[in-house]
Amino acid sequence: MSSTAQAMLALARRDLKAALRRWGELGLPLMFFVIVVTLFPLGLAPERDLLGSIGPGVLWVAALLASLLALEGLFRSDMEDGSMEQLILSPQPLVLLALVKALTHWVLTGLPLVVLTPLVAQAFYLPANATWILMLALLLATPTLSLIGALAAALTASLRRGAGILGILVLPLALPLLVFGARATDLAVQGQSAAGPLYLLAALLALAMTLAPLAIAAALRISVD
Amino acid sequence: MWIWFHKLGSPPHFYRTAGRLVPWFGIPALLLLIAGAVGGLAIAPPDYQQGDGFRIIYVHVPSAYIAMFGYVAMAVAAAVGLIWRMKLAFAFAAACAPVGAAFTFLALATGSIWGKPMWGVWWDWDGRMTSVLVLFFLYVGVMALRSAFDDASKGDRAAALLAIVGVVNIPIIKFSVDWWNTLHQPATIAKFSTPSITMDMLVWLLAMVVGYTLFFAAVVTMRLRGEVLLRERGARWIRELAAHA
Repeated sequence: MSSTAQAMLALARRDLKAALRRWGELGLPLMFFVIVVTLFPLGLAPERDLLGSIGPGVLWVAALLASLLALEGLFRSDMEDGSMEQLILSPQPLVLLALVKALTHWVLTGLPLVVLTPLVAQAFYLPANATWILMLALLLATPTLSLIGALAAALTASLRRGAGILGILVLPLALPLLVFGARATDLAVQGQSAAGPLYLLAALLALAMTLAPLAIAAALRISVD
Repeated sequence: MWIWFHKLGSPPHFYRTAGRLVPWFGIPALLLLIAGAVGGLAIAPPDYQQGDGFRIIYVHVPSAYIAMFGYVAMAVAAAVGLIWRMKLAFAFAAACAPVGAAFTFLALATGSIWGKPMWGVWWDWDGRMTSVLVLFFLYVGVMALRSAFDDASKGDRAAALLAIVGVVNIPIIKFSVDWWNTLHQPATIAKFSTPSITMDMLVWLLAMVVGYTLFFAAVVTMRLRGEVLLRERGARWIRELAAHA
């Protein structure tokens, strides 16, 4: 195994271990997701037709907001204890390390969200086939979201209060995900083929996987010096 | 040959040069805007379909064009700043952002006013409108990010990176009317081989577009002088400038 692959694995293992030692923080965005989704049936009339038609949109917006919560801490602790400087100084390409950090973040926040989706979809009476499409769409969209989020987190990593500004940076860039994701779910609810928007989500993921790490690495270099 | 370029990097020299440039942009801009407004509102024939209502094109299209042009100018300056570490490029990017955001707002507002009588709605969630709205958010994000940093040079670089990333939105705006066939009409003058507008309407629109561009240049140059003063505050040449004023 090449030394770069070893470094990437070690970084992923370290991040996962550090995150799993703090269960409470991990569950927070998930709880937030569930609570936001619960608010809608209670705030509106809990009618089957209404919930069925707004459900896909609500689930997507809630997922987008929940992903914001976990972002602040993504690089913060590494910045504070100096391990970010070590990562930048290490002979390994920072671009690949940034990709690892973003994907680890996805495993910890995006993936549980996808797993939780079938439960939450029941609150909006989503039909079974639409739930599958929703999960697939989230599976394609959440890694992109983590990559965009990691870029915003890297840009604001050296700020003392970055939370407010994170939303302004992430949400406009995440808009295409919301549009195509909700569209895919909508088509599936109406019993039509959702292939088009799903392909677009996959294309966005490929684009983000190749370009975002470059920007994240550049942003980390700016934040550290 | 490059001496003029390097001289431009010197703040006092730039400050004086830019001050001399402003009227060269501003006066033709004023003349063209007056000519375009009179020509567009009074001389150009009414549209066969939209009547006199189409005349708002003379403020809507140039605003929308400056909204995108300003963003690209800002992103190019940001890239120049990041690559060659030119402080003046960051100042230019900072000077562009509020002006571009203002024109983006104008494009959205005039589009909305145009949409109400023609489509019956103020707003439609189609690709063009949504992507221009995102452009507005990106401008706001770039400005907010820059001002969030205490360390000005760090803020400059972070905002520059965000500006470069946001460029992905520009082709989406440009092609949105071709990709999504909705209420917004397709491009009017972007295709020069066969423009879908007659010559006696087009000349005034071109006068407005050139006028807006020169106006943008004049305002950005004035703002840039302000940025230079702000960034160089405490430098000796500014104290001498203030002493003689």
